[in-house]
Order: sequence, then C-alpha cells, then structure tokens
Amino acid sequence: MSKRDSEARVPLFHLSKRASIEPWKAWLIRVAAVALGLIVCGLVAFLLIEKLQQKPEKIGEFYYTFIKGAFGTTRKFWRFLKNLAVLLCISLALTPAFRMRFWNIGGEGQTLIGVLSAIAVDFYLGGKIPEWILLILMLIAALAAGAAWGVIPALFRAKWGTNETLFTLMMNYVATYLVAYFLVIWVPSGSSSLGKLKNGKLPVIGNENVLIIIVVLLVTAALYIYLSYTKHGYEINVVGESVRTARYVGIKVNRVIIRTMILSGALCGLAGYLIAAGSDQTVTTTSAGGQGFTGILVAWLGKFNPLFMILTAALIQLLNQGANQISQDFGVNNALPNVIVGIILFFVIGCEFFINYEVHFRGHHPEKGAVK
Amino acid sequence: MEKQLALEMRGITKRFGNVVANRNVDLDLYRGEILAVLGENGCGKTTLMNMLAGIYFPDEGTIRINGKEVVIQSPKDAFAHGIGMIHQHFKLVDLFTAAENIVLGVHQEGRYNIREINAEVAKIADRYGFHLDPAKKVYNMSVSEKQTVEIIKVLYRGADILILDEPTAVLTPQEITRLFSVLRRMKEDGKSIIIITHKLNEVMEVSDRVAILRRGEHIATVNTKETDEARLTEMMVGKKVLLNIERLNPVNPVPRLEVKGLNLYSSEGVHVLKDITFSANGGEILGIAGIAGSGQRELLEAISGLQPLESGSIIFNNPKKDQPVTFYHKSLKRVKELGAQDAFHDRNMNPVSFAGMNNKAIRKWVDSGGVLFREDEVMNLRDKTPLEIRQLGVHLSFVPEDRLGMGLVGSMGITDNMMLRSYRKGPAGFLDRKKPKALAEEIIGDLEVVTPGVNTPVRRLSGGNVQKVLVGREIAYTPKVLMAAYPVRGLDINSSYTIYNLLNKQKARGVAVIFVGEDLDVLLELCDRILVMNNGAVSGIVDARTATKEEIGLLMTGTERKEEDHEQA
Amino acid sequence: MNIWLNFLIDSLAFGATFIYGSTGEILTEKAGHLNLGIPGIMCMGGAGGCLILNLVGKSGLPPFLIVILGILGALVFSLLCGMIYSFLTVSLRANQNVTGLTLTTFGVGLSKVIVSKLDPTIYLVGPRKMYRWPFAARQDSLQLLGVLFFAAVIIALASSWILFHTKVGLHLRAVGENPGTADAVGINVTRYKYVATCVGSSIAGLGGFYYIIDYMASQEAYLSVEALGWLSIALVIFALWRPHMTIIGSTVFGILFSLGSYITNVSWIKVTMATTPLLKMLPYVVTILVLIVSSIRNKRENQPPASLGLSYFREER
Repeated sequence: MSKRDSEARVPLFHLSKRASIEPWKAWLIRVAAVALGLIVCGLVAFLLIEKLQQKPEKIGEFYYTFIKGAFGTTRKFWRFLKNLAVLLCISLALTPAFRMRFWNIGGEGQTLIGVLSAIAVDFYLGGKIPEWILLILMLIAALAAGAAWGVIPALFRAKWGTNETLFTLMMNYVATYLVAYFLVIWVPSGSSSLGKLKNGKLPVIGNENVLIIIVVLLVTAALYIYLSYTKHGYEINVVGESVRTARYVGIKVNRVIIRTMILSGALCGLAGYLIAAGSDQTVTTTSAGGQGFTGILVAWLGKFNPLFMILTAALIQLLNQGANQISQDFGVNNALPNVIVGIILFFVIGCEFFINYEVHFRGHHPEKGAVK
Repeated sequence: MEKQLALEMRGITKRFGNVVANRNVDLDLYRGEILAVLGENGCGKTTLMNMLAGIYFPDEGTIRINGKEVVIQSPKDAFAHGIGMIHQHFKLVDLFTAAENIVLGVHQEGRYNIREINAEVAKIADRYGFHLDPAKKVYNMSVSEKQTVEIIKVLYRGADILILDEPTAVLTPQEITRLFSVLRRMKEDGKSIIIITHKLNEVMEVSDRVAILRRGEHIATVNTKETDEARLTEMMVGKKVLLNIERLNPVNPVPRLEVKGLNLYSSEGVHVLKDITFSANGGEILGIAGIAGSGQRELLEAISGLQPLESGSIIFNNPKKDQPVTFYHKSLKRVKELGAQDAFHDRNMNPVSFAGMNNKAIRKWVDSGGVLFREDEVMNLRDKTPLEIRQLGVHLSFVPEDRLGMGLVGSMGITDNMMLRSYRKGPAGFLDRKKPKALAEEIIGDLEVVTPGVNTPVRRLSGGNVQKVLVGREIAYTPKVLMAAYPVRGLDINSSYTIYNLLNKQKARGVAVIFVGEDLDVLLELCDRILVMNNGAVSGIVDARTATKEEIGLLMTGTERKEEDHEQA
Repeated sequence: MNIWLNFLIDSLAFGATFIYGSTGEILTEKAGHLNLGIPGIMCMGGAGGCLILNLVGKSGLPPFLIVILGILGALVFSLLCGMIYSFLTVSLRANQNVTGLTLTTFGVGLSKVIVSKLDPTIYLVGPRKMYRWPFAARQDSLQLLGVLFFAAVIIALASSWILFHTKVGLHLRAVGENPGTADAVGINVTRYKYVATCVGSSIAGLGGFYYIIDYMASQEAYLSVEALGWLSIALVIFALWRPHMTIIGSTVFGILFSLGSYITNVSWIKVTMATTPLLKMLPYVVTILVLIVSSIRNKRENQPPASLGLSYFREER
C-alpha cells in the first residue's frame, strides 16, 4: 500500500489533553484571543454603525474611543474605578462558591436583595436615627439579606442535592419582583420609581468613589488570604476538588457548603450595600445591572484567583465603558457594550481550548513536536 | 479446516503524554478461536484493545481485518468492521431498559418499535441461556445482569470479533462457567474472541492461544495446550515468581482492632457486609483476599467511619502508656476531666494533677510534651465520623484504593496534600504550611519520589510516585492501625517493593497493618494471616505461613466452604 | 364572551412563548448542554424576524410570503446563535454556564441594537393578520390563537414523540445521560449535540419572534423577551424535561402572568397595585418548589440529564 493511500485514511487531526503548558504560552494565547476579538468587534461595528460605513477611516477613532471611555477625563476614570470596584466585589463574592464547584449564578439576586434591604432600612429609619447608626444598620441588613439569599439554595443542596444552578437562577427573579413589590408599596403614586433618598450616604473621602474602592481592595486582599492561607479556604478547595476526599479526611462537606454560601451571599450583600449607600441611594429592579452575571464571567476568566480577577474585571469594565462611549459618540443603541463584551468573551472562552488541549494534525510527528 | 486470520495488528504504539502504553505490538487472531490476552495490571492490555474498539487511536502501526487494512477512528468504525467490545466498566445508560441499551446505536430499517425489540432481545437471551427481562431498567440491575446486557448487545449487532475485558472479575463461579460455555458456543459459530484477563486458570480453561503482554510490549503468543501456568507466569512477570518479600516474625502481637458482627447495607439496599468478625493485631500484617467487589472496600471504609453501619462494633484497644498528650487529640476540657481521673503521669511516672492550675498553665504543660497517658483506652469506633475518630486520638490510617479521587487532591501539590490529615492542627484560622512542607520534603527524600517540586500538582506524577506520597503521608501520622487497599496496584516492581518495606516497618513498630490485595502470591509472602472474603462475608481466616494458593482460591469463590477455626493467630 | 374564557385564551396565547423557549431548551439539555443563552437566542430570533419584516414588509410581496420570510429570518438568526454556542461548548469544550451567559449578554445586546434601528410601525399593517389565521376574522379573544400558537403545540408534541418514541430520541437521550456509552455504541455524539443545540435554539428563537410579532404585535415587546427566556429555562424544570408537559406548564405560567390584569374582575379579592409583582413572582417560586420536591422524591426519571453541564472528551483518562 502506498504511503499516500494510508495517510489519506488517517484522521485529519486528533486531540489530546495537555499535561501542562508554560504560563507565558497560555497568556500569549489569551492575549491573541482578545486581539482577535477586537478585530472582529471592528468588523461587527462596520455592520452596525452607519457613521463607520460612511467613513471607514474612522475605525482608528473607534478603537481610540474604548480608551477614551474609561480614561478620557478624570471623572470618567474615577467612574471606571468605582464600577470596576463594584463588579469586582460581586465577582469576589461568587469566587468561594465556584472554587467549591457550587454554581452560584444567583449573584444578581443576592446583590439586589442587599440593595433592597439597605434601602428599606434607609427608607424607614432615615433621618430618625443618627447617620452613622443608620449606615451600620443598612450594612447589617444588606449582609444578612444577601447571606440569606445565598444560603437557602445551599441548605437544599446540602440536604437533598437540589440543583443549585437552577435554584440560584430562580432566586434572582424572586428578588427582582420583591423589589418591584416594595416599590409599589413605597411609591404609591404608581410611578414605581423611588427617588434618591436623603440619608444613608457613605462619607466622602476625597471623592465619593474612594471609599468604595478602598473597601473592595480590602475585600480582595482579605479574600485572597482567606482562600489561600486559611483552613476554611483549604477546606473549600478540597470540597471543590473531590467530595470523596473531603469525607475521607473528615471534612463536613455540608457544613462547608452552607458556610461558604453564607459568605458568598453576604459579600454580594456588601456589593449591594456599596451600590445603595455608596452611589445610588435608591433601588430599582435593575440596581444590580446584570453584574451578578458579568461577575461570573469575571471570576471564571480570572481562574477564581482574586488577584487575576482584578485584571479580568478591569478588562470587562474597560470594554463596557469604552463601548458605552462608542454608543454615545457614534449614535448607536446603548446596548452596544453587551455586544462588544460578548464578542471578546467568545474569543477568550474559546481560546481556553487551545490552552487545555493539543491538536495534532495529520503527518505531524509528536517526537518532533515534543522538542520545546 | 485451514485457519484464517481474522485480525492482524502490526507495530502498534500508543502514548499518553510521556507514558508509552503500548510499544510496537503485533497480535494475530484467527477465525473461530479464543485468544487470551494475558498480562499484569497496567501492562497495556486494555489500551491495546481500546484501539480495536475505536476508543483510542494508535500513534503508529496498522490494523488488518480479514486481510484488509482498516482505520478505526471511532466505535462506529469498530462495529462496521464487526468488532464488539465488552468493557470492564459497563457502558450502559442507567436510565434505559435492557432492550433500549441493546438497540442503542444500531441502525436498522423500519420503524422503531420497542415491543418488537423486547421480543427479539428475549429470543437471543433464551438462545444462549441468559435470564433477562428486556424491560428492566439498568439502574435496578445486579452486576451480572448488566454484563448479560453487554454481551447480548454485542451479539445483537452480529459482531464477528468479540473482545471481553476482564469479564470474570465480578462474576460468581456458576456465572463464569455459564459465560465460558457461551463463549465456546460462539467460537463454534466461527466467531473470534479475545478475552483479557490476568487469571491463569481461566486462560488454561477457555483459551486456544495466549498472547502475553508485559509493560506495553508483546512478549509471545503460544498455544494453550503447549504451555502451563508456570511458564505463562514467567513470561508475564519476566522472571520466576520468587517475590522474596521480607516477612518478620510478629513481636508480641496484641489485639488492636476487634471487629464484631459488622453488617452494612449499601445506599441501594444491598447487604454488602455480612456479619464480619475478625481482629487485627498490632505487630502483624493481616491480609484481605477476595474477588474484586466482595466487600473489601466497604469494610475498610466502615472501619474508618465512612459508612453508616447497620449493626456490629469496632473496638479499638489503645495501650497508650507512653504517648504524650496533645491538644490536637484532646480538648482542654477533656484533658482536665482525664487529669481529675489520674489518667496522666510525667516522664518519671509521677501522677500529674492539674488541680489549681489555670488553663494557660495546663496548655503550656501539655504542649511541652511532659504529660503522658497512664491508662489504656478501649473505644468503640462505631457511628463515629472520621473526624470524631481522629479527635478521640485514634491513629487510624487508611490508604484508599482510589488514590487521586479520595486519598489525595490531584490539583494540589505534595505540601498541600500532606496537610489533608493535619491542617486542623495549630491555632484556629490560618494554615501552617511549614511542617507539611518539611514532611513533603522528607517523604520525597526518603521514598525517592520523582517530582519537579513540592508544589507540583500530584496529578502530574506517575502512579508509583502518587502512591508513595499517599502511603508516606499516612505513615507519617504514626498510625496504630494502617489499612491499605490495593496499595501496589499499577505500580512497577521497584515501587511495589518500596511499599512492602514500608508496611513491614510499620509492622515492626507494632502497628496493626491491614493489607487488601489481589495478588495471592504477594498476600502469602507478605502477610501473617489472611482473611478471605466472599460476597460480603468472611469465608475464612488462614495462616499465611501454611496456607496454599488453592486453599485461598477456594475460599474466595466460596465453592467449598468449610468451617475453619477462625482465630489461629 | 365570558371574561374567564378570555383570560384562559390569553394565558394560552401568552404561554406559547414559553412552549417554544422551553421545548428548545429541553432538546438542548437532553443532549447534555445547559444552554443559559436561551434568553439571548430568543431575543435574536425576534430581532432576526423583525429585521426581515422591515426589509420585505413594504416590498409589495404577498403577506403570506412576508410571514414565511419573517419566520425564516427568526430561524436563521437563532440558528447562528446556536452554532456559536455549540461550537464553543461541543467542539471547544468550553464551560457551558459561562458560554451561555455570554451568549445571552451578546444576544440581548445585539437584538436591541438591531431592533432600535427598525421602523416600529411596519408590523401593524398586512402581515399581522396573517399570524392570526384561522381565527383572524373573529372579533373575540379566540383571535389571539394564531398559526404560530398551534405550531408551538405541534412542535412540543412532536418533540416529545421524537424523544420518547423514536430511535433518534433514544440516541439523543443516551448522549445526554452518558455520552461515553453513546460513543461506545457508535452514536456520533458531536453530531447529536450540534443538531440538538441548533434545532433547540431555532425553536426558541421562533418563540421570541412569536411573542413580539404575534402575541404582543408590537416591536417594543422585544424589551421583555429576555425575562421570558429565563422563565422558559425555569419551565424546563417544571416540565420535568418532557416537551409535552411544557404545554401545561406554560399555560400555568401564562395564567399566573395574566392574572394580574384579570383579577380586578373578582369582587371578593381586594386587589392592590402590589399584587401584580407578587403574582409575577409566583412562576419562579413554583419552579423552585418543583425543583425541591423532585429532588426530595429523587425519582430517577425526573432528574436532569446525568451529564448535563459536562463536556465530553473521548480520550479523557
């Protein structure tokens, strides 16, 4: 049989799992993916933006606007940092749960219920008690509500193995309509829009964003230490890796799940508190603004490592804010950031494959390829 | 009739990363014969067969079927070429009925009608003398019923070449006899059969020819009639089975662990442990023999507190005379209670009383290691969780069968894996990685673990090194009882001997060692006594110095059950 | 006509959106893929349909053809989304939750960008009546049940029949339960996953189109499609992964959603504005209860497909 014939019947390529990959290679692949994603974003922009179709040379401006959106003015930069902080806080909150392989996609609801509880305290007690007591009560309410929202699915998962992905997802909507309910009660006029409350505003240090940023930086450091250097963090990692191993060494798996989800929910509640007391002073059904879902993407992209997550949150926030600027400057619907973030993420998600797997093409001999 | 080649494999090589699973293997299979593929665990038998079944794709080499070169890229291709494989781990959809599983993936003309299929399946089952309800769901089936479904699945597809991967490992002797008669009937039909096994008696009984693999390489193919078990073993192992495992005489054995009337039901309600009674002595190695799945795993898990018992007791005798007390094992409150009962003494055998000392002073006194136990302790470990057993101060070490799924965390480095047992030590809150790191380095040095570093994920280490890490950790815990389930499975000879030596050292230290093994030669040379399990019950406990392989073999299969005197230690 | 009959028919018509969404999701989940991109896909289906209607709506083509083209537009757009999802999760083995959420972000965003550029008045002319056949001429609430409503019911029943009474369905369920086994018996796992995901996405996309063009007959309706998509995922649990059960489930969900506007007709219930959000919360609460009860009862047949959410790689060792 001729060589050509037999080669023709060997499959075109086959896959194998990589044992390991050098970190610089993995990062190179990721950076290439983001770059490729940005190019595709440009192409999609041509389809969606009339101004670009008329003047294709404006494409440079298109990319420049990304940077401008986040760093263009001091105010924009502070807003970038603040939004980044809130997004990072939610992502951090979800991280312990994901490390445990507990798919908490209820960050949205846990954050929202945190906002709602803080605002409820503010609404009923604001002005009646000293401001600093009010702020502490709001914090407690937000933490407790977030924790409760997180622990309910955990209890059922621990007791009966109820699917937590679907449960936490549903809890988001219960929270949303709970907010709608209270808005109707609080705002009898029917406009169902609660204006900015007068009280319950975090003290301003420098400018109103600084305190939020400091809090989130502290949470980042604390969570990093918690996950890497404490016994609790160690237990979370063992449970996430193998429940059987955890049982074997006497870790009470259900207790770890419940404890971790209280933490996860409470941190979402904290994010809610930062939104309520730090910037909004009000609540709407979209107070969490989809960040509970974006946070999942941030955490996953950051490999559930709080330090990496600063970078991934910054990337996503940069894209978000940059694309927002584009939609303003180029006159596109304000949903454009979602499209841009979506496209980039598709590439980043897809590139993980090339980090985890090796593709061998026909005629490629592993002996030669193995020389590195 | 002239013999025709049904299958030829030439120069087959398969690598997984840096590991070569098969190297340049040649194999022939004639029509109408039963070929046994013989080899030790991990010699590449299953990998080789998986390449015929389309699960893996060979890196090098050619396969010919009926003289024609073929490429098998997928199980579908394998079926198209008339190859059907019955895997060791059954490939069935639990939620489906027997008949649904059997027709799965078969493309046939006409409408899909489950009633007709049921009838057809029942017909095949009857023809070969199987008992099978086609409408029964797989999750309700016993192991042998599942195997029946697997076999009928292949027959239904009209495969000409059947590959059975260790089909007898889970069967009773009667079921094995029936299986072999089916295989012979298929052979007379002109079908070719490959049976993967490492059991010599079955090779001699059922096969026409035997192909021997060793460390991924093909050693020889011989006619069964022209060989015998000794010669096959020699080829399989590469040298005469003179294991020469060191066996010390037990010094002053004392009963350490007494198990009485243990009964256990699985979560599916199967009676997996039936009235188990035995005792393990300090300074002895107690072997546990039995066909795979006879309850060995459940027994060890029950002792270590991982299975809720139906009835029975697990008594731990702990002569603690000169053990220092630590707060890791006893709470401060418990230390005070015991102190009030005069349970402690200092190094000069003077009684220690904590009367009049404040908590801080007690803590300092105990931490200095100056407080020793005076009383022996007798404890029932039943209904205690692993953590509670640990908190009682019972040093019970367990090397589970599933090393990376249970004993170790694959994604963590050696240091972090050392902490699995001990991370609770020290002040609350933070982890102390210093001691685990020192221990990790000590184990790497002492046991010659090959690893790039203490933080390399253990998943990346080879099987032998993984096991050294696991056993090393369990021994570092200075156990009183050391249980090891199949500790040398998949290990090369050198690593195996390292493990044997470690077990012997523990024995010399006065530890009660329980060793669950599958290789009877090893059990007979290493152990002092051997407990034989059959179908969840103890079928006998024999003296390893006098017992023969045949004797144990009979007890394992339960064919000739005699009332042995149980305790002859 | 009786107000309560109106109410029932309204609920049925509204519920058909969920029939599409959750039948699509069930087909995907039966292949072992939890597609959280369904809300985005439904939005994209709606946007695709609207886009085509805009392009051909004033061209003078016969209304019948315009409708068909609109449906095709919805199918093509949602199919493309399904292909993105299946390429990433099946071929590239990406995490399903993350991919799905990204797809929803992307789809919702893109559909808004597209629809915001379209002329919202175009649907109110010719094509609208076409969807309402066979009840187009009627003046009562029966006219809410148009062609696409019946199509939803037929698709759900047909999906159930295929899943539980044909070889293809048997194979698909095997892929979702135990892809290793399916692979070992020669089923092309990749192909089944791709086809199920893409067909499921198309069906779901049609649901988005139905809601905008048929039920609401208003382009503004695209803003609420995302929420309906999430509810469709909830309904999968409610229906215990059986497409025909989505017909009942979606009616219940439809009733709960429309109850707010009908309940004012009941004299003995004191209704306040606050009731509506609570009623809208009910479908989610009910879904949680179903989820809990089925996990407590732990009947094998009522559980999610065993390999749901897991990627399959044959040479996994």
